[in-house]
Amino acid sequence: MFDYQFFIEVLVGGLLSGVMYSLVAIGFVLIYKTSGVLNFAQGAMLLFAALTFVSLVERGVSFPLALLATLAIMVLLGIAVERVILRPLVNQPPITLFMATLGLSYVIEGAAQLLWGTQVHGLDLGINDTPFDIAGVFISQFDLFAAAVAGALVALFALFFRYTRTGLAFRAVADDQFAALAVGLRLPRVWAAVWTAAGIVAVVAGLLWGARLGVQFSLSLIVLKALPVLVLGGFDSIAGAIVGGLLIGAIEKLAEVYVGPFFGGGIEAWAAYVVALGFLLVRPSGLFGQKLVERA
Amino acid sequence: MNKSVPALSTKANWLTPGRVGVAVLLVIAYGIIPFAGSEYVLDAILTPFLALALAAVGLNVLTGYAGQVSLGSAAFLAVGAYAAYNFNLRFPELPFLVSLLLAGLVAAVVGLVFGLPSLRLRGFYLAVSTLAAQFFVQWALTKFGWFSNDNPSGVIDAPTLTIAGIPFAGAARRYVFSITIVLIATFLTVRLLGSQSGRNFIAVRDHEIAAKVIGVPLLRTKLLAFGVSSFLIGVAGVLWAFAYLRTVEPAGFNLDRSFQILFIIIIGGLASIRGSFLGAAFIVVFPLLLSRLGAALLGNLFDSGVLEMSQRIVIGGLIIGLLIAEPRGLIALVDRLSAKALLKLRRPERAPIQL
Repeated sequence: MFDYQFFIEVLVGGLLSGVMYSLVAIGFVLIYKTSGVLNFAQGAMLLFAALTFVSLVERGVSFPLALLATLAIMVLLGIAVERVILRPLVNQPPITLFMATLGLSYVIEGAAQLLWGTQVHGLDLGINDTPFDIAGVFISQFDLFAAAVAGALVALFALFFRYTRTGLAFRAVADDQFAALAVGLRLPRVWAAVWTAAGIVAVVAGLLWGARLGVQFSLSLIVLKALPVLVLGGFDSIAGAIVGGLLIGAIEKLAEVYVGPFFGGGIEAWAAYVVALGFLLVRPSGLFGQKLVERA
Repeated sequence: MNKSVPALSTKANWLTPGRVGVAVLLVIAYGIIPFAGSEYVLDAILTPFLALALAAVGLNVLTGYAGQVSLGSAAFLAVGAYAAYNFNLRFPELPFLVSLLLAGLVAAVVGLVFGLPSLRLRGFYLAVSTLAAQFFVQWALTKFGWFSNDNPSGVIDAPTLTIAGIPFAGAARRYVFSITIVLIATFLTVRLLGSQSGRNFIAVRDHEIAAKVIGVPLLRTKLLAFGVSSFLIGVAGVLWAFAYLRTVEPAGFNLDRSFQILFIIIIGGLASIRGSFLGAAFIVVFPLLLSRLGAALLGNLFDSGVLEMSQRIVIGGLIIGLLIAEPRGLIALVDRLSAKALLKLRRPERAPIQL
């Protein structure tokens, strides 16, 4: 007999953890959309943000102050990245930029751990994690909180893109870099702003993931969980990142529970990739990705 | 991606500086190093250098020449290593060289399978999809005991290399074995890259649609690139497992290893065979130098944790710096400097024109 209640519990758990993937993926999308760079360092930024926050709190800095300081550091990092890496590499092929972010991720990971040490830190955001019961299905309160934060963040970004001048500049650059340059937008500034925004997303995602897994090196590997989400949703679509995250989260958990036992478990590590790949073979631009017209 | 084509010298004069250089290198590699090199130099520097260099040549075929970025090289190293182990274990009557070739072929087949998405995907989508190979292979090797002859953690102990009844046991012999394999494989790769297939790789890399228009068979070219690349990386994996470490586990073929090989070709130079060797030498020697330097400067303060972190920072920084300063890699730097030096050497000869 198929246990529907259990199925729904697994599904909901998967969807909620998918939201956490989306949070990481949004950081990628922001940068990819406006500068065409796949920022592999997003995971390292996440680790750096969480480590900085935790270390500050452990040294007796109050919670809001630590948050502010972390945000400020991420803003500085965003500006520094634009100044030191992106500007000299302007006009290089995307793959060169990708490799530069790979290098950047090594630098940030090394620096974060050299600075704050390699031990595992616990992070308590003060959210009760007792699961509660909705019609017989147990749902983690923390997951719901994380989903709410992710939702708020997305709404915020949507408003920002829609109603502010900077948001308009972001959209213009995403649409056509050269045209944006021609009408007088300052690309370096837009990039610095985007990296800053991605840094802020990294703070939020880093704190939530850090509270979930403990703040440690493996946090930067979350990037690997976000990549299939991006492949599925399209690198340049925030909506795609959300839907892709939900899908990957759900599929991953369902596969682990219902298919995993046939292979002896542990298929979580690659199931998402296989799903994303299979999907791509049918639709190469992802769920919501920009369709590229082939030109000669 | 740079547009330089590897021009093979086709001068009628057979005594070119390039050939003299190769001959000198061969004499040093076979005549001097095996006798003069210490156990440490042979075992800890040269053997891993050779295996990594061959892997880098393999990745360079795919990424540097054919323009398909792969982040899953370590998976093919692992496939090669485990395949050779199993051929050797299950068919003891097979000569080791045959096992080595078969292991390369197995890696090539796995590479073809994971190369299939390249027919529809480009750029980052493809790069991400190659990660599937990385995770799947590592998982399969740990999960299914058959691959490691039921070792609980997937560890394999490579038997002593034996070619035609001669055991290759000592450090010097394992080095000679490695360099012979690497030289043959590299020579064949250079020949392939100079052929029509090699030019097809470059055409696909530089402009896929234009390549299609002039009649380059995309499907065959891309799959050939994946196959050849995985074959070479698989053979490198055999060297890594049998000649260098001799005890390997799946965790040793993780994503960091894949990145290491990618870094070798970026640092050394994309689409350059010599660059692959230069980059591999750099990646192997550099951490050793850094740890010596750290110990000398900071003494005991420089523990292994700090060392690892500073290595990460320096390597990351170097990659960024190199991409900014010379996107074509160390080899371009070396070429430029040697061209300058040659010019200086030659100038005095021309200067005194007597009337």
